[in-house]
Amino acid sequence: MVPLFSAEGLSSLVFIFIVMTTVLGAVIATHSERLTRAVTGLAICFIGVAGIYYYLNSPFVALMEMLIYVGAVCVTIVFAVMLADPNPESEAGKGSIFAGPLSFALGILLFWGLSALAGKTAWVPPSARVNDGSLEEVGRSLLTNYSMAFELISIVLLLAIIGALVLARQGRTRTGGES
Amino acid sequence: MPEPFRVILFIIFVMAFAGLNAAYLVWCERKGAGHIQRRIGPKEVGPFGLLQPIADGIKLMTKQLFLPKGADPILFMAAPLMVMVPAIMSFMVIPFSETFVAREVNIGLLMIFAFASVNVLGLLLGGWGSGNKYAVIAAARCVSQNIAYEIPMLVTAITMVMVTNTMNLNEIVRSQAGWFFHWHIFRLDISLLMPVAFLIFFVCTLAETNRAPFDMAEAESELIAGAYTEYPGMGFGVFFMGEYANIVIGCALSVILFLGGWQSPVPFHPAGFLGVIWGLFWFLTKLYALIFTVIWIRWTYPRTQFYVLLNLSWKVLIPISLFNLILTALQIKIFPWL
Repeated sequence: MVPLFSAEGLSSLVFIFIVMTTVLGAVIATHSERLTRAVTGLAICFIGVAGIYYYLNSPFVALMEMLIYVGAVCVTIVFAVMLADPNPESEAGKGSIFAGPLSFALGILLFWGLSALAGKTAWVPPSARVNDGSLEEVGRSLLTNYSMAFELISIVLLLAIIGALVLARQGRTRTGGES
Repeated sequence: MPEPFRVILFIIFVMAFAGLNAAYLVWCERKGAGHIQRRIGPKEVGPFGLLQPIADGIKLMTKQLFLPKGADPILFMAAPLMVMVPAIMSFMVIPFSETFVAREVNIGLLMIFAFASVNVLGLLLGGWGSGNKYAVIAAARCVSQNIAYEIPMLVTAITMVMVTNTMNLNEIVRSQAGWFFHWHIFRLDISLLMPVAFLIFFVCTLAETNRAPFDMAEAESELIAGAYTEYPGMGFGVFFMGEYANIVIGCALSVILFLGGWQSPVPFHPAGFLGVIWGLFWFLTKLYALIFTVIWIRWTYPRTQFYVLLNLSWKVLIPISLFNLILTALQIKIFPWL
């Protein structure tokens, strides 16, 4: 047992806090009735995930998680919810009776699979990859090893932008024609 | 002093700094507005009305925290904190002087942007959570405005990172040492558009902090008080403090990136404790000069229209900032000896 008031004890405490934040956020996100609250839960969950990245010694990825997921994705989702659903009291449809046990079984399967993978993987000692999360390393691997994925993501974003433009243009001509 | 105690002391300092700034910037704002409009401004409470912010604070704190009907209780109460807490967090990486900084984080610039991006979520949830039509309209406007102005701001910041090769705010300031023409705003040899970049950054700061002429979030003649309409007492007070803290951070960032941070205009920097005070003096002088400009602009220009605001960002600022990015990259790579 590690004493609480040592570097290791305190850092485990922080780790537990971060994980609890993540899980709490995820539970709020999946279990709230109102969509806006669910998105807030999602934001809390993302902050927790950012904390895990920070704990794994990659503050750059952690801050990117904050900037993109909390600052952009959550805001966009809330914005979409506001545009689409003016009535927050709309009821979520009840699933069939199999939904609960089925998702429970799937969850257990996923948990077992991930734990088994984590147990089987030959982990590199943390001291050997202490710089992996730094800005320079992330940039270098994005432009060398993972350049294909990087380019594919930009194509996805381009398609999304074109799609949004097409939808917006249609809306504009239709109202223009009516008026 | 051991590191944890230093950081705790700094947290206390930052909270006091943010609180006092909010209180006395309101006083400055009212005095400035008064003199610009040929009035006097607050003068009854204390000498020159200097105790007015304290009276305002007591008034806000003694008011009942009333939850309006139809509001979402959790979101309604959490939203002011989501504006205030990230603002205070951002202060932790701002170098007030060479050694007067809570944590010299390698990616301090990114950290400020990451925390500043949560601000929008707070306003949005506050507006939505109060269940008021005007607040929802204001929140929707606020989001489109913030997304639009975040892009040129980030592009300009990327340009500066390219110029300085670092995201460490203290390093960025150190690279501007020497005479005042070594400050980035005057470095035409790095990029011909440097003053324009500063202007873009400053305008984006105004828009991101919802200041006039871009104060769409609380356009009081159209939307009562915008996203803050339903907020009572300290709920509104915390929002207001968060807004002023954000103004201070935005101006501090402009000072650090373009105006030399804690560097004095002449190449003179005393050693030791005196040097800390010297740096602090110059940083605060530049910071408050910029903040005064922000107040000045608010009482000089009327509020723009919403479409003008979005057009300005998408059709003017973003193309110019992208062009500036390319120009700077070319200038750095083609004339590396400059």
